[in-house]
Amino acid sequence: MKKVNEIMNKVKIKTTINNRSYKLDVLPNQTLLNFLREELGLTGTKCGCEIGECGACTVLINGEAVNSCLVLVPQINGKEVLTVEGLSDGEQLHPLQKSFIEHGAVHCGFCTPGLLMTAKSLLDENPDPTEEEIRNAIAGNLCRCTGYIQVVEAVKNAAGEY
Amino acid sequence: MEQDKYKIIGKPEKRVDVLGKVTGKAKFADDYNVKHQLYGKVLRAKYPHARILKIDTSKAKNLPGVEAVLTADDIPGSKVFGIVVQNQSILAFDKVRYLGDGLAIVAAKTKEIAEEALELIEVEYEVLPVVTDPEEAIMPDAPKIHGDNNIFVHHKVRKGDIEKGFQEADYIIERKFKTQFIEHSYLEPEAILAEPAEHGGVRIIGSVQNLFSSRRSVAAALNLPLNKVQIIQSTLGGSFGGKDEVMTAMCCRAALLAIKTGKPVKMVNTREESMLESYKRHPYTMYYKWGIKSDGSITAMEIKIYADGGAYASMSPYVTWRSVVQATGPYYCENVKTDVITVYTNNNYTGAMRGFGSPQVNFAIESMIDIIAEKVGKDPLEIRLQNGFEKGAITATGQKLEHNVSLKEVLLKAAKEIDFQNKWREYKSQSDAPIKRGIGIACSYRGVSLGAEGTDAAGTIVSVQTDGSVIVSSGITDMGQGAQTQMCQIAAEVLGITMDRIVFLNTNTSRVPDSGPTVASRGTIMGGYAAKRAAETVRSTLMSVASEMTGYDVEVLDLKDNYLIDKDSGERLASFSELAAQCFKKGRPMFGFGWYKSPPTSWHEENGYGNAYFTFVYGTNIAEVEVDTETGKVNVINFVSAHDLGRAINKQTVLGQFYGGVAMGLGYGLLEEFEIEDGIPKQLNFDEYLLPTAKDIPNIKAIIVENEDAAGPFGAKSIGEPTNEIAAPAIINAIYNATGKRIYELPANLERVLLGHKLTRKGERGSVQKEKEELIIESCKIK
Ligand code: FES
Ligand code: FES
Repeated sequence: MKKVNEIMNKVKIKTTINNRSYKLDVLPNQTLLNFLREELGLTGTKCGCEIGECGACTVLINGEAVNSCLVLVPQINGKEVLTVEGLSDGEQLHPLQKSFIEHGAVHCGFCTPGLLMTAKSLLDENPDPTEEEIRNAIAGNLCRCTGYIQVVEAVKNAAGEY
Repeated sequence: MEQDKYKIIGKPEKRVDVLGKVTGKAKFADDYNVKHQLYGKVLRAKYPHARILKIDTSKAKNLPGVEAVLTADDIPGSKVFGIVVQNQSILAFDKVRYLGDGLAIVAAKTKEIAEEALELIEVEYEVLPVVTDPEEAIMPDAPKIHGDNNIFVHHKVRKGDIEKGFQEADYIIERKFKTQFIEHSYLEPEAILAEPAEHGGVRIIGSVQNLFSSRRSVAAALNLPLNKVQIIQSTLGGSFGGKDEVMTAMCCRAALLAIKTGKPVKMVNTREESMLESYKRHPYTMYYKWGIKSDGSITAMEIKIYADGGAYASMSPYVTWRSVVQATGPYYCENVKTDVITVYTNNNYTGAMRGFGSPQVNFAIESMIDIIAEKVGKDPLEIRLQNGFEKGAITATGQKLEHNVSLKEVLLKAAKEIDFQNKWREYKSQSDAPIKRGIGIACSYRGVSLGAEGTDAAGTIVSVQTDGSVIVSSGITDMGQGAQTQMCQIAAEVLGITMDRIVFLNTNTSRVPDSGPTVASRGTIMGGYAAKRAAETVRSTLMSVASEMTGYDVEVLDLKDNYLIDKDSGERLASFSELAAQCFKKGRPMFGFGWYKSPPTSWHEENGYGNAYFTFVYGTNIAEVEVDTETGKVNVINFVSAHDLGRAINKQTVLGQFYGGVAMGLGYGLLEEFEIEDGIPKQLNFDEYLLPTAKDIPNIKAIIVENEDAAGPFGAKSIGEPTNEIAAPAIINAIYNATGKRIYELPANLERVLLGHKLTRKGERGSVQKEKEELIIESCKIK
């Protein structure tokens, strides 16, 4: 890694993260997950597998849920990124956050940021999903604690408030 | 009416730590960083079994950016640790015993440099023969892992006269069952940050489940007194029993690096490192031989179990003890002989995992009881009701059950919910079709807390601040199951305040008393009871101040909804905050410490009997499945989970335990398998280790049964593990109901359901080999 980094030139990108615009010099081989956590201190996005299997690292890029461990930072050039830290407007919790709390959908909470982001992208596109649509949408987010039932309930309920 | 008895107990109060978890502010171990921290990495074994001849770290040490490269030689104190048997090496020095063993550690300025340094460490090995099957490991000529005997635990239960029992039987039924290694799969991989402390000791923050045992080992390794090793628990991203010894090793290693370099050291496992190194749930090979009468009663049970302990002892002695106590299930039988033998192999070591020795035996027991039901022409519910324990029953270990034995209540409630018997009969005689339906039932009894396994006591502190806000802290830890919230609810109930006034302090070994490990579903009963006592101490001080303040008798005063009230009129006399301020002004202690020691238990190791646990819980699971007979795919379409937990302190977290427990049990029954071939693990990440997803989990009907138990706070017992221990056998019995084929080895994946055996690829690619024939013996005795 180190040797590669030494010969690799940084690239300049412009991007928006949680509604703030940034001009950045970034390493072309750094993952978005790593960048968010290590460079920006946005540690709400979690790392569970680094191979795109667990969904704990899910963020939104232009509204679409992606595994940030599979994205390289230069790929967010010109795009908008939203992480769990940007979900509430600072005053009010997002309906999904409220609903997750109310329905007991959070146990250890490690999968929660990823699930919230996946659920947001679902509801933004389909404000009234069926249970099956919810289950399909979150099938890429592993949760070892909840058995998903309270999560599905929470998403369904938040849909009502959308 | 029941509902109104308590203000906070039983209510779905929010988790006390939930806000940070939905906003991203909760700090898990890997979220802690400090300036100038170094990154620690571990060099792991190249072979599953080898003698270490030489470790040369000189090249690694010379790499720029590397600040320390250490081996076992650099450990000033104890090089080994272990909760029962002290033989697990922090860094291997004589031999490596499994592929996850660490040999050397590096601290460097970046992760990349640390990784590069690992590659520069040269190790000379003498490769040794490997043993991975427990039944081979007990042979005289098997390679030895530690010392000269691979057997390190042999637990027994003896009751009655087993020969006589078999003579009285009309049928003798013998079966062999096998279970697999299970990876805990906590979503958060292991991580810590260790910093040298002012007093020459070390401060560690990280994803540690059992802080006190880890602290003991760090102190012993560094030759430090316990008060100079401080371990603080970060928000834990799941554990399920899994963040114990693997974290102890990580704590010792990072602490060593921090002390040697004088700098903070961060250590984080990748998922691959985590799966490679961490311990698993024990695989069991179980021989069950039961004698039954033609009316379905059981005259004898002879049970022999081999448990794979892997490379180190870990919690095996305790885990397998629970198995020996519970191996007969909740069924009457006069003559019992059970042996559980645990052996070392070159596999990953095995230890505590949710269930703690019960999921394995429950699979065998609940399969056996269905097998005998069929033999005598009864249905699965009938046979359980016929043989199941009632109040006053004497267990296999000779213990008389004096509490409310609600086995039949949970069985009947679950069965009624889903119309079990009718469905079972209907599916049994369904006509041939590609998709077949089936329904299966399983029940269990489970000893609460540690039992005669170990010292069982815990402490909780409740501290009222001068403004009436409250801090609760405890030696019992939260790993996501909600223990914090339940302790806070108990304190709130006793103090008559609302939950928003309470903050729970992350567990810190220097601030709370050693309360043993948070395992065996003892969080609620032990931590909760201690919280109740602590809050009661504070309450009595507050009440006496209240009496002085108002001139009323203590008897007519009460605390309710954040106010001091007149019990009779309900009139509010002062706010809780005013009362707290008054208490402070008068110089009275507003701090309560509660300690709870469990009621006595007993065990006679030699003769195998005793009062194993101070109380038990009872549960029933029913699974309804669809089996695709063309592919072997099993879909669970409906599920009922009924448990008597004494009392639900928090309905919502309890339901969460029900659902999460079933999901994990479903993985155990159908999907999950950590395979190790010749000492080499085959699954190291979630692409190959299959966890249940949202699409695999059916709707689950949870039935909470509450028979209060005097042994627990507000009657509460436990729920974390019971929910996880009978889902798999319910599913396996449902598959049998659907297909007439019985699965004897978990998981029931496509090939086992379709072909009746597992497909293995050994030696040559493309060659398919059938596993050894299973032991199925049935004899009908002629009298
Ligand atoms: S960390 Fe990205 S999917 Fe698991
Ligand atoms: S809440 Fe623990 S992994 Fe989902």
